[in-house]
Amino acid sequence: MSVTVRIPTILRTYTGGEAEVKAEGATLAEVISSLDANHPGIGARILDDQGKLRRFVNVYVNDDDVRFEGGLQAATPDGAGVSIIPAVAGGC
Amino acid sequence: MAAQTVATSTTVDLGPATGLSCRECGTRFELGPIFACAECFGPLEVAYELPAGDPEALRAAIEAGPDNIWRYAPLLPVPADVAGKPSLNPGFTKLVDAQNLAKELGVTGKLYVKDDSGNPTHSFKDRVVAIAVEAARAFGFTTLSCSSTGNLAGAVGAAAARAGFRSCVFIPHDLEQGKVVMAGVYGGDLVGIEGNYDDVNRFCSELIGDPLGEGWGFVNVNLRPYYGEGSKTLAYEICEQLGWQLPDQIVVPIASGSQLTKIDKGLQELIKLGLVEDKPYKIFGAQAEGCSPVSTAFKAGHDVVRPQKPNTIAKSLAIGNPADGPYVLDIARRTGGFVEDVTDEQVVEAIKILARAEGIFAETAGGVTVGVTKKLIENGVLDPTLTTVVLNTGDGLKTLEAVAADSGQTATIRPSLDAFRAAGLA
Repeated sequence: MSVTVRIPTILRTYTGGEAEVKAEGATLAEVISSLDANHPGIGARILDDQGKLRRFVNVYVNDDDVRFEGGLQAATPDGAGVSIIPAVAGGC
Repeated sequence: MAAQTVATSTTVDLGPATGLSCRECGTRFELGPIFACAECFGPLEVAYELPAGDPEALRAAIEAGPDNIWRYAPLLPVPADVAGKPSLNPGFTKLVDAQNLAKELGVTGKLYVKDDSGNPTHSFKDRVVAIAVEAARAFGFTTLSCSSTGNLAGAVGAAAARAGFRSCVFIPHDLEQGKVVMAGVYGGDLVGIEGNYDDVNRFCSELIGDPLGEGWGFVNVNLRPYYGEGSKTLAYEICEQLGWQLPDQIVVPIASGSQLTKIDKGLQELIKLGLVEDKPYKIFGAQAEGCSPVSTAFKAGHDVVRPQKPNTIAKSLAIGNPADGPYVLDIARRTGGFVEDVTDEQVVEAIKILARAEGIFAETAGGVTVGVTKKLIENGVLDPTLTTVVLNTGDGLKTLEAVAADSGQTATIRPSLDAFRAAGLA
């Protein structure tokens, strides 16, 4: 399964400045591992020491927040768009 | 985000602000339009060198300042000459001694309503936007933007008009008419996004990393560390208006949770500076049941917040994925407070109670805080014998729909005394 991953500005140092990169995987966990294989170090920015999503990272598969879709086990269908976004935006 | 820095800390004058630090891991960054830690994604906060010296002299200097938030300029990330710049000059709103409401709710101590509907665009948002405008000026931005549940869109539009910025703001497409009109009237661009607030927020977060958003100051995204500091002024004002004393209990609405955390930060600063006497205070958070991720987590004893899909009339609080939720939980627990929620019916009832008791017409968020205060007193969680401050953060004219159904004309009659007599209202 090939997906397109949207990279937030603070992680673009790992992708040579690219805002979008390709990755492989049927689940979000596999996609992040593929991302880390291509861009070493990026995985540790997204996941904490226990391998869980960091608490201030939001990840969307297409338009769905993965926290509603099984977290790291969320399915990433072929051609899906995955967005990684800092969670600290917005609000009052 | 670093790439978007158009000015560096060596050229930036934001008064006592010395840099940004990550609230999670403590990593320090230079002042700039960045909001998330490059190490751990944690939220960045403004770090200060606060004024040292005699508290009495500082109190006197503040009291001699303008009747708006700039009286607290030495405690905010703004240049010292901020009061002379074009701004809506928000703040110093009324702290209403709510004796009738106290009687209605069974409060035997003191009950105050901090009524922020008195701000220039009728919500507390003018405070935070005013600070963000100064940061936008310092970083050389020319367009102001935001994701908004309505109140912020109006505050940004108005502040941009006064300060000479272009504005382009984003809202969910289905907001109350009062908020939409109020956001549109100032002449900036207003874009409705087909989705809820969390969708709008996500859109803005993506726009900011795209060339399309280059050079834009998003007050609650890339200017968020500065913007959030504006809420500290609520804490400063409440204490000053209480005669430089801390309240015992304070009830604050929760959307993202930022306001509540900054009120706590403001109170802590006043203690540290010796401007108020240190004593325990409790902070209570208020949500609507239809969007209650923080109260749900609080009551379940969790320290993380599971996002919800909002469904409530309190649209200004309808943030299902609240960025500062975990910090709200920490503060409510640390201070011995609580986070509670009320149904939409209770929100409407509370709006009416406040209006009838004190002549204050609150928007739905004010209904949430008053409703939660009532519930917390009934449940024995909030002590009615102490001094309590309840926040009303916005004007009821913006959410007329909430109470319109049964707050209209008592009677419609012909213009004759007989008709009035017959209506039985004399």
